[in-house]
Amino acid sequence: MKILVALKQVPDTESRIKVAADGRSLDPADVKWITSPYDEYALEEAIRIKEAKGAEVVALSVGTDAAKDVLKNALALGADTAVLLKGDGQGDAFAVAQMIAAYVKDKGFDLILCGNKGLGGDNAAMGPMLAELLGVAQANVVVKLELGDGTFSAERETDGGSELVVGALPAVITAQKGLNEPRYASLKGIMAAKKKTIEELDAAPAVAGAQVSALALPPERPAGRKLEGEPAAQAQALLQALKDEAKVF
Amino acid sequence: MILVFCELKDGQLRKPSAEALSEGRRLADASGKQLGALFVGASCAGAADAAKYGADAILTAEGGTLASYSSDAFAQVVADAVKAKGATVLLAAATAVGKDVAPRAAARLAAGYASDVTGLSMVDGKLQAVRPVYAGKAFATTSFASAVQVATTRPNVFPAAEKAGAGAAEALATPTGDFKSVVKEILAKAGGKVDLSEANVIVSGGRGMKDGANFKLLEDFADAIGGVVGASRAAVDAGWGLPHSMQVGQTGKVVSPTLYIACGISGAIQHIAGMSGSKFIVAINKDPEAPIFKLASYGIVGDLFEVVPELTKAAKAMGIGSN
Ligand SMILES: Cc1cc2nc3c(=O)[nH]c(=O)nc-3n(C[C@H](O)[C@H](O)[C@H](O)COP(=O)(O)OP(=O)(O)OC[C@H]3O[C@@H](n4cnc5c(N)ncnc54)[C@H](O)[C@@H]3O)c2cc1C
Repeated sequence: MKILVALKQVPDTESRIKVAADGRSLDPADVKWITSPYDEYALEEAIRIKEAKGAEVVALSVGTDAAKDVLKNALALGADTAVLLKGDGQGDAFAVAQMIAAYVKDKGFDLILCGNKGLGGDNAAMGPMLAELLGVAQANVVVKLELGDGTFSAERETDGGSELVVGALPAVITAQKGLNEPRYASLKGIMAAKKKTIEELDAAPAVAGAQVSALALPPERPAGRKLEGEPAAQAQALLQALKDEAKVF
Repeated sequence: MILVFCELKDGQLRKPSAEALSEGRRLADASGKQLGALFVGASCAGAADAAKYGADAILTAEGGTLASYSSDAFAQVVADAVKAKGATVLLAAATAVGKDVAPRAAARLAAGYASDVTGLSMVDGKLQAVRPVYAGKAFATTSFASAVQVATTRPNVFPAAEKAGAGAAEALATPTGDFKSVVKEILAKAGGKVDLSEANVIVSGGRGMKDGANFKLLEDFADAIGGVVGASRAAVDAGWGLPHSMQVGQTGKVVSPTLYIACGISGAIQHIAGMSGSKFIVAINKDPEAPIFKLASYGIVGDLFEVVPELTKAAKAMGIGSN
């Protein structure tokens, strides 16, 4: 079994967000870059499959040299090999899906795992787009995955519930919190990863889909007000304000 | 044409779909286009409702092979409809199905895609979308390079406005079967109440609730004001038996109710990521320095175990939920 895990490098949620001079991208000055947490569930799932049934796990990221950190970490955690597709991995999900599809084609992957969305950009698009470009099955926002003989069965979150998706491999599965508990890298893993090299390839050219043309900070929320008094008085004042001022009720 | 992929539930148009249709109508009017509503499934009874939200044409792909949702089959039907109608804009509500089918259909159409958008406009004949990014700390304007432009609309953001349309019915061909994947079983359904992402009023509890059983206090209050109960990740992860489907935040639901009441929630950025789009935010917290107060339209510094029962009592006395 051959598994590809696609990982994206994203700004840590705690990072201060500043708009760069071009007015459309993130000022990288104060940004701490991490592996998108949903991709960590995807990688963990791949490693668990490898441990349970044996598999070759390839970690892949589209990005600049900086994204090598994500791949080094994936190697330390248990990926066998790592590939950096040099290109813009931050913008257009359709372009990224094309780059990964071009790499994946004819390499015989049985399973492609990635996060259900990239933290921050929250496009939730790359996985299903990749599945369509490759002409394979998909299951998104998956919290439980079982593999059969050339088949998969996946539990995915829906609006307030869940459903079981069954399909044929190869497939693109996008991971959600709950799929597993990602492990931490062991010292042994980190040392072993140091000896491995990351394959670097130029990403295939891609047709543009959608792009961020402007990035702006949200408007300030109007200042709020605290309601004073005993609990009963506070409760009364709150409901009255919601009724008369906010007109919620 | 602007085409809107619509969903039915128990033979009725889902509210998020009505919202997407209304926004589609507005965009169609702004750009001199027709509005089409597309329904896919074993039965599309109820599709005629789309005319109430301004649909000029109602397209149905109705057939037994489409009884269970299949990502690839639905994406194929949707993409074929876009091509057949020469539609340039495809919209869907950002529901579990909408977010699954829209990007796949977009790739099939070599189209760009903007997900979970909170604003749409037509600029020089092309769609432009606004969507929150980076945990709500910024808004991105998305522009399209492709001929077809695809977007999903965040529930509860765009108003569902009734406006009569011609609603001319047209049946589309359905695929024969042999799909790559299919939904075999619904494992868990949303309870009788509306899902969090569609709720207008949400009462959420955090670690400050101290125990799962105490969520009964929130249930009672929510019932009294016609709301739905949510939770922070700390509460969901505490082993109190709360399902992940209740979680609001970056790794949970993104919600945009008119009113969000946070009880015993500190206001961590990952929680805010899921609820900063709420119109009015109320914080009830015993710590006056809790970051949630920075967002709150109304704050109550106090013990939630004293305040929430008083709220339930007062809501009942004022007859709030009864209208
Ligand atoms: C990758 C990642 C993803 C995450 N995703 C999410 C997410 O989706 N959603 C989410 O919510 N969090 C998420 N978190 C966790 C987040 O960082 C916070 O840990 C979490 O939101 C805290 O929950 P809380 O506010 O309930 O708990 P706390 O931060 O512990 O706050 C409890 C609050 O209750 C108050 N309190 C206690 N007792 C009372 C009382 N009797 N009356 C009134 N007030 C009281 C306290 O003053 C305090 O402010 C994520 C974290 C990471 C790292």
